[in-house]
Amino acid sequence: MSLLTVEKLTKSFGGLTAVSNVSMNIEKGELIGLIGPNGAGKTTIFNLLTGVYAPTSGRIKLETEEGKKEIGGLKPYNVTKIGLARTFQNIRLFKDLTVLDNIRIAMHQNVDYKLPSGLFRSNKFYDEEERLKKEAEKLLDIFKLAHKKQELAKNLPYGEQRHLEIVRAMATRPVLLLLDEPAAGMNPNETSNLTETIAKIRKEFDLTVLLIEHDMSLVMKICERIYVLDYGTMIASGKPEEIKNNKRVIEAYLGEDV
Amino acid sequence: MKVLNKKNIITLIIVSVIYAVVQALLASGIISSFYEITIATICINIILAVSLNLVTGFTGQFSLGHAGFMSIGAYACALINLKMNSTAGFLVGIAAGAGAAALVGILIGIPTLRLKGDYLAIATLGMAEIIRVIFLNMDDITNGAAGLNGIPRFTSWLWLFVFTVFTLVIINNFVKSSQGRACISIREDEIAAESMGINTTKYKVMAFAIGAFFAGIGGALYSSYFYFISPTIFGFQKSIDILVIVVFGGMGSITGSVIAAILLAVITTMLQSYSELRMIIYAALLIAIMIFRPQGLMGTKEVTDLFKFRRKDAKVE
Amino acid sequence: MDQLLQQIVNGISLGSIYALIALGYTMVYGIIKLINFAHGDVYMVGAYVGFFVTTYTGLGFIPALIISMAACAVLGMTIEKVAYKPLRNSSRIAVLITAIGVSLLLEYIMMYFVGAKVKSYPNLLSGNVFKIGKIIIKTQQIYIVLTALVLMVILQYVVNKTKVGKAMRAVSADKDAAQLMGIKVDSTISFTFAIGSALAGAGGVLVGVYYNSIDPLMGMMPGLKAFVAAVFGGIGSIPGAMIGGLSIGMLETLVSGYGNSMYRDAAVFAFLILILILKPSGLLGKNTKEKV
Repeated sequence: MSLLTVEKLTKSFGGLTAVSNVSMNIEKGELIGLIGPNGAGKTTIFNLLTGVYAPTSGRIKLETEEGKKEIGGLKPYNVTKIGLARTFQNIRLFKDLTVLDNIRIAMHQNVDYKLPSGLFRSNKFYDEEERLKKEAEKLLDIFKLAHKKQELAKNLPYGEQRHLEIVRAMATRPVLLLLDEPAAGMNPNETSNLTETIAKIRKEFDLTVLLIEHDMSLVMKICERIYVLDYGTMIASGKPEEIKNNKRVIEAYLGEDV
Repeated sequence: MKVLNKKNIITLIIVSVIYAVVQALLASGIISSFYEITIATICINIILAVSLNLVTGFTGQFSLGHAGFMSIGAYACALINLKMNSTAGFLVGIAAGAGAAALVGILIGIPTLRLKGDYLAIATLGMAEIIRVIFLNMDDITNGAAGLNGIPRFTSWLWLFVFTVFTLVIINNFVKSSQGRACISIREDEIAAESMGINTTKYKVMAFAIGAFFAGIGGALYSSYFYFISPTIFGFQKSIDILVIVVFGGMGSITGSVIAAILLAVITTMLQSYSELRMIIYAALLIAIMIFRPQGLMGTKEVTDLFKFRRKDAKVE
Repeated sequence: MDQLLQQIVNGISLGSIYALIALGYTMVYGIIKLINFAHGDVYMVGAYVGFFVTTYTGLGFIPALIISMAACAVLGMTIEKVAYKPLRNSSRIAVLITAIGVSLLLEYIMMYFVGAKVKSYPNLLSGNVFKIGKIIIKTQQIYIVLTALVLMVILQYVVNKTKVGKAMRAVSADKDAAQLMGIKVDSTISFTFAIGSALAGAGGVLVGVYYNSIDPLMGMMPGLKAFVAAVFGGIGSIPGAMIGGLSIGMLETLVSGYGNSMYRDAAVFAFLILILILKPSGLLGKNTKEKV
């Protein structure tokens, strides 16, 4: 079943067209890669999908319990409510807050008490806070970060920060997870951990994943299908084997003389 | 009732003791009426500083117009109290003042809180000025520049204490709730907060309105203590006075605002004949803090965090 | 109709002063993204320097103007070195708070030493008036507009035709790239503050001469209004500051003349809020968005 459909998506900033006529289709449960040279527009597509930018034209449709919903142009917090979550290219954790708080904040939209309960400390408040804490700790436990729950996010080592960002995105209970260069700056050991983590969350949370990456070994290893972007247009799509040998893709990365 | 847990009961006991001790000191005359003014100033400043801290320190929205909300509370309460000269009138005045301030906060907040940093600061400054000019020009109601005189005094140690504790409890409860955490996340990284499902506009306006509400209470208490109010009292200098307390105490620490409010009220009392010198000291203090210790006294820590440190092996809450 | 033209004349003269102050705001914002809250107070210091020079040394308008501009240039550079430079990598709120501190410091130090009472400039320029029909143009107004024009022309020349000006434009566009190109960023920033402050100082002297009275808090309102002017014209744009200054001067005189003069301050602020909500980049400014 198709989960995300992107039709002829275009984004222009004044005279500059960052993304042009991009179409994609992602089936439920897939792990898709989005690759392309720097500046190709990959993060721009993420920003369009998550509502940070509004499309200049084109449609983005997400399959939800209430049927297919058009999410192009919605505000980011509404997109997250519908079921899309993301991580960022340059880590955007809440640095001066604890690991636990980072997760609890992502759980905010699923909290069942309103402002007065918080201000006047009703029983509902205490119950929900207890539930929230337990759920957050459970989530952190799966990713082996539970023992660091009172640490400030900025004090975590780099690899764990990237992990935490993924956990935080998970805490919003998404159906589709967008990972923006999750392996950036990681050594082979950390990358291998990451690969395991991604596989684990796909299975345990029944997630669909769209991944931007530059680490080709990672991409080729775990992605079922790959989309290739260059100068804002989709130049190729298909299975890893096909992409690896695609002339246009090679040209895009290495230049025409190769 | 889960709210009656051990921690809260201990807090209640400590709070009652403080009230009783100061009340005794006042009643017996050990604290003279001169210093009574200092206590009133401390309490009102705590309310103003903590409410500004909620907006600027916890939610990261730089507001230079806090005195505008204070003035709304002050005028509302004074006008009602002048008509209804009783404790009931006083309390109605406080409620009306706080409510009006919150309402104005929502109205102002919705269009301006989409601005960031310096622009928001100037916009809030402009809003407070517009409020001041409006009060200045509503001659028949507010008596314009001449101000309102003979406001009945109902602000007593009891009411000061009650409302200060009320402010501290509510704002602390807010900050430690999910809605409060949402506000804090806006300060940390607004884009990330939006992407985690938080309607940043809604929560900015919420924090702004709550801050305005308590500033209104502070203003109301002020008018019912000092007998006289005029638009100039609630100008930019007032907003700066409150900002200095917040910056000095630490943007993001309720405890810090309390401590700073006490310290600075004492300094103000000591320097009251030298008002220019006081402003020079405040100004130098602002600059020095920003350069050498931008987190102020307490940073984002509260007094309870200091106790946590000692009990390293005890179970973390 | 005559009323209108008169207001326009007054508006141009007032607007020229706002333009001079606005230029300082816009140049500093362009180069280090700071709203120099203390800028209005540099203008005030300029007025006082002019006052002291003319009152105690008997020098005329032009020498006083030059001395004041030089003094303010030094003041501006000092403020930058002492208060803003240490905070180059701090948050915007931190620098803004510091700027507020500097502003208060200037105001209250002046008050402490010179007293809060208003002082009067000696008569420097002729009190003659021209009459075109029913419209009165004071010679002093002509001096104001002319001085402002000359200074702005010099500024345009410096910014567009000198090496320093090029450096200023480069640092405004991209500080790091400019540094990599061998531009001395620190001295360029100092120079920007110097020029901006000198222009504000000139504004202060002109105001002292025209309105005759100066006081330590005179910088607050004009400072804020000049800021509105800079934003309206497009913060970071020099021609924008000039247009903005004239526009705000016009707006203020028209509100004052046709409406209620008590509301003229509020009108300027309401205008600012409108701009910030509708078109924050102003007339000639650039749109900058945060990269996600």
